[in-house]
Amino acid sequence: MQRRIWINRIVLLLSSLAAIASLVVLAWILGDVAIRGVASINWDFFTKLPAPPGSDEPSGIANAIVGTLLMTAIATIIAVPFGILAGTYLSEFSKGNTFGQVARFIADILISAPSIVIGVFVYIIIVRPMGNFSGWAGAVSLAIIMLPVITRTSEEMLRLVPTEMRESALALGAPYWHMLLRVIYRAAKTGMITGIMLAVARVAGETAPLLFTSLNSPYWMESMNEPLANLTIALFNYAMSPYDDWQTMAWGIALLITMSVLVVTIVTRLLLKQRRTHA
Amino acid sequence: MPNNNQPNPIHAGEAIKMSVRNLDFFYGDKQVLFGNTLDIAENKVTAFIGPSGCGKSTHIRTYNRMYDLYKGHRTGGEIIMDGRNILDPGVSSLSLRHHVGMIFQKPTPFPMSIFDNIAYGIRLHEKPSKSELEGRVEKALTDAALWNEVKDHLHSAGTSLSGGQQQRLCIARALAIKPQVILMDEPCSALDPIATTKIEELISELKGKYTIVIVTHNMQQAARVSDYTAFFYLGRLVEFNHTDIIFSAPTKKETEDYVAGRFG
Repeated sequence: MQRRIWINRIVLLLSSLAAIASLVVLAWILGDVAIRGVASINWDFFTKLPAPPGSDEPSGIANAIVGTLLMTAIATIIAVPFGILAGTYLSEFSKGNTFGQVARFIADILISAPSIVIGVFVYIIIVRPMGNFSGWAGAVSLAIIMLPVITRTSEEMLRLVPTEMRESALALGAPYWHMLLRVIYRAAKTGMITGIMLAVARVAGETAPLLFTSLNSPYWMESMNEPLANLTIALFNYAMSPYDDWQTMAWGIALLITMSVLVVTIVTRLLLKQRRTHA
Repeated sequence: MPNNNQPNPIHAGEAIKMSVRNLDFFYGDKQVLFGNTLDIAENKVTAFIGPSGCGKSTHIRTYNRMYDLYKGHRTGGEIIMDGRNILDPGVSSLSLRHHVGMIFQKPTPFPMSIFDNIAYGIRLHEKPSKSELEGRVEKALTDAALWNEVKDHLHSAGTSLSGGQQQRLCIARALAIKPQVILMDEPCSALDPIATTKIEELISELKGKYTIVIVTHNMQQAARVSDYTAFFYLGRLVEFNHTDIIFSAPTKKETEDYVAGRFG
């Protein structure tokens, strides 16, 4: 009996230490980013263009904020309809067929594919034929990263709707498409929105695919056909630079990205919680 | 267990709503119903009883062709309703379900308001004016004995109701499209005894206006609510008769053993 109690204590101690250790690392990162980043966040940060290193001009990353927002928005617009339709196919129409299983398997592989591979892929199919880096190519690479996430969460959320709900609607004489649009999508809506938001949060912090596609730019955007400024590559460039003022800017960008992703995640959690209390 | 030559127990003078003849059902290669033959009396309650897996749910789900949803099924025999064999693929399952409603084990309010839950089916089949729609919703909720409980919050979510209320909401939703037949597949199995009593009272009120077929695990329930009872075992219809005869003087040994609680 003594032995049992001691084993219990040791395991409890080890798992508590592990939990504390991971929390400490997380708090360290967040704290460090917050403390160093907050210094460079001011009105100019959000409204001005980047200044050359060492200059006294006010410096900001407004162009990169616009670029990231725009590329993320376009990627979402591309990925959402494809993702929801593909998820609908997998959940509703692929019962037991091989094509459905293959599509699901490929989506799962794509979810865990290194994003840099997707960047290289888009480089080959868009950037090279077009002859230059562009905002469009960046948006497409982000859309490809979002697509399998939205597909699989849509599928899962549609599957969570009980069979009885489908049968009840059909038992009233509803055609399948009507049941799907008016009842099942409505039942799965919150979950599907959650999936989309998580996909947005995931690509908002992507750097690797943009290196090969949108690249970066110190200027205001003139066209989506040209290299487009964005937060993650700007962060990379500033952080790697030898200039103190640029490095400070990098911390500010890091804080901005972290906070944005945090806000999206928290809003998503709240949505989920709201759904649970309503259901 | 041949049952095709059983005498027809339906009283002379009672109309017959559905005539089931030699109904077979297959899931893929597996046959689960074997030559079921019986008549469903119009505006009466017919109960299907039998142990789990006896085919009673499968049987009732042929009455509105619910199995159309799933691949790999096959039926044999026929079900004649209003002069047509409803198993004939030429009969539209959508219009069949307009006339044959169904209530399921678990209440399934749609993710919308109480009002829209009822209006959903009406809007599927008709284009009523706003005031007409409101009247129909009130009528359906009244007929399902739910109106007084929900009339002040018709626009709150259907899921906000209690389990028993949700099941009556589903009954109201089925009644709203004016079906002739209502199928109930263990409608009380997810409900507490008080909610169950209310549903049973409701069934008694609805018969006379609707032909009701109810699958139940609960023999007391079958005895309380039904006029006719069919006992199924291993996919065969063992015995079909007036409910009081099934429970007091069954002719088959299996029926007697089952209603006496010796198996099942």
